[in-house]
Amino acid sequence: MGSPRILVFGYGNPSRGDDGLAPALLDLLDGNGCDCLTDFQLQVEHALDLKDRELVLFVDASVSCPTPFQLARLAPARDPSYTTHAVSPSAVLEVYRRLHGEQPPPCYLLSIRGDRFELGEGLSPAALVRLEQAQDLIARLLAEPCAAAWDEVTGETAVA
Amino acid sequence: MYEHLETAAHPEPLKRVVIDPVTRVEGHGKVTLLLDEANHVKQARLHIVEFRGFERFIQGRPYWELPVLVQRLCGICPVSHHLAAAKAVDQIVGVDRLTPTAEKLRRLMHFGQTLQSHALHFFHLSTPDLLFGFEDAAAHRNIVSVLQEYPDTGLKGVKLRKYGQEVIRVVSGKRVHGSAAIPGGMNKALTGEDRDYLLKDIGDIIAWSQEVVELIRKLFLSNAEYHQHFGAFPSNFLSLIRDDGALEIYHGGLRARDSGGNTLFDHVDYRDYTQYLHEEVKSWSYMKFPYIVELGRENGWYRVGPLARLNNCGFISTPLAEAARQAFLEYGGGQPVQASLAFHWARMIELLHCAETIRDLLYDPDILGKDLVVKGERRPEGVGVIEAPRGTLFHHYQVDENDIVTQANLIVSTTNNNQAMNEAVRAVAARYLDGKELTEGLLNHLEVAIRAYDPCLSCATHALGKMPLELELVDAGGSLVDRLTRSGHGEIAR
Repeated sequence: MGSPRILVFGYGNPSRGDDGLAPALLDLLDGNGCDCLTDFQLQVEHALDLKDRELVLFVDASVSCPTPFQLARLAPARDPSYTTHAVSPSAVLEVYRRLHGEQPPPCYLLSIRGDRFELGEGLSPAALVRLEQAQDLIARLLAEPCAAAWDEVTGETAVA
Repeated sequence: MYEHLETAAHPEPLKRVVIDPVTRVEGHGKVTLLLDEANHVKQARLHIVEFRGFERFIQGRPYWELPVLVQRLCGICPVSHHLAAAKAVDQIVGVDRLTPTAEKLRRLMHFGQTLQSHALHFFHLSTPDLLFGFEDAAAHRNIVSVLQEYPDTGLKGVKLRKYGQEVIRVVSGKRVHGSAAIPGGMNKALTGEDRDYLLKDIGDIIAWSQEVVELIRKLFLSNAEYHQHFGAFPSNFLSLIRDDGALEIYHGGLRARDSGGNTLFDHVDYRDYTQYLHEEVKSWSYMKFPYIVELGRENGWYRVGPLARLNNCGFISTPLAEAARQAFLEYGGGQPVQASLAFHWARMIELLHCAETIRDLLYDPDILGKDLVVKGERRPEGVGVIEAPRGTLFHHYQVDENDIVTQANLIVSTTNNNQAMNEAVRAVAARYLDGKELTEGLLNHLEVAIRAYDPCLSCATHALGKMPLELELVDAGGSLVDRLTRSGHGEIAR
C-alpha cells in the first residue's frame, strides 16, 4: 500500500508512442511507497489532488529535456499560455495557490526524453531504456522522501 | 453566406497571416488569412494540420478491444469514444437493447463526462474571453485571472469539473482507460456506497449549474446585439433526438433541421447514416467536410453540438434545464438561434440538464441492479452514435469471421462542425478584421469564434514545449513583414 502523503502523478497517452512513458512508469511503480495517479493530461482540477501531500512528483514525456531525463523543482507560475485543454504543472500549482490560499507542497517534475509520438505506436527502444533509468531514479527518491534530498537530485539529472 | 472567402480568386499578390496553432482548443489547428494591400480579407480558412489516421489505428484489431482502445484517441472525450464504440460493438455481438441497469450506468457515465467537459470549456477556456473581453491582454486572459478576480466562480468551475470526473471514476473504476462498457453491457455494478458518495454533493452541483446558466444568460444578453452578430450565420443543424422529441445525448434517432427550423429528416435510424450524410475532402485541410446528401455539398453542411441540440429538441426532460431552455427560446424569438456565441449559453443549459439527470439516475433503483450483460448472435457490422459534448459522434465498424476489424469509419463531432467553424472564421474576419491593422486582440476574435465550437482537433499528445503560437505577416513578394510569437510558456515576443 502506497503512502498517500507522497503523490506520483504521471500523464500522457499510452497510444501515442513515447507519450506513454509516464503511464508506463506508474504501472511499474504500482503504488509502491507512494500514491499513484495517472491521466492523459493535466487539468485545473488536478490542483485538488495536491491537497495534504508532503511531496508531489509529476512525470511527463518531453521532446526537449536532456537525455535520459531531468528532475526539476516546480514553482507556481502564472502561466498565461493555457494553450489547449491541458495546462502545465506549474500552472496547476498556481491554481492550487489560488484555490486554497496557501503554497502547494514541494512539487517536482520528472521529464523523460521521448522521441516518437505517433498514434498507435508503443514506446521506442530508446524510451524503454530511459524508462528503466527513470524507475531507478524514482526508487532512489522514494527511499529518501524529503524535499532536501530531492533538491539534491535535481542538480544531478541534467547530466545523468 | 461567406463562401466567397473560402478561396481567393487571385491569391498570388495577397498578404498571408497565419495563426498557428489556434489556442485554447484541443489539438493543432491553423488559421490563414489572405489580405490585399489595404488589409481587406480575401480568403480565410481554418486548417487541420495533423493527420490522425484513426481508422488505420482501429483496423486489424479484434472488435472486443475497441471500447478500451478508442479512449486513447482523445484525452478530452475518451468516454464519448468509449461509449460510441461500445454501442457499435453491442450490435456486432447482436445486442439491440441493454438491461435497464447497464443502460442507466452508461448514461450516468456519459452525463458525468458531458458535465465535466462542458465545465472545463466554459470556466477554463471561455470565461477569460467572456469576462475580460476579447481584446484583453493575452497574458491576463486565462483561468488564473478568473480564479483571482472571480474566485467563487472559478472555484465552482473547478469543482464541477472534478465532480464529473468523479462520476466517471466511480462508474468505470478508473479515472482513465476504464473498461466500464463491454460488449452487450457493463463491466461492474454500482454499489450503494458509490451512489451515496455521488449523491453527497449533487445538490451543490445542481445549484452551481443553475448559477452558471444565469451567468452566461446575463453575459450574453448584456451585449446582445454584439453577441448576436459575432460569428453568426444561418446553417442546418443535426443531432440525436429522443422518440418523443426530447433532448437526447445517449441514444436516439437523427434529426436535421434547416436554418428556418424546418425538418429535413427525423428519427432516422443512425445505422443508415451513410444514406443521409456524405463527407467531402478538400485539399487544404486534413479534416473532412460532411454534408446532408439531400442538400448537396454547397448547402448541406450543418452544425452539431449544444446549439444544434437546443435548436433541434422539442423539450428537455428535466425541469430546471427546460426552464432555462424556455428563456433561450424566448431570445430566439421562435427561430433557431444562429449566433456562434450562443453555443456557450446552450452548453450551460446542457450542463444543468446533466446535473439534474445525474441526480435522477442516482435515485433510480435500477442503478444498483446486478443484471449487467446481454448476449446475442454475432453480426458482421455495427454503428454506434452518441451525442458527445461537442456534437454527434459516429463509430462504424465491419468485422470479419475472425473477429478482426476490416473497415472503420469515424465521424467525430468536430469534423461535423468543420464547415461551420470555417464559416465562423470568415464571418468574424469579414466583420471585424477587414481593412484593419491586425493586432493580437483582433486575431483573438478569430480564436474566440472557433473556441465557441469547443473543437477537439487532435489527440492527447501534449509533450512539453510543443504549443507555440506564431503569427506571420508576409508581403506580396513573400517577404516576412512582421512576426508575433507566443511561446509554450506564454511569453510574447515580436
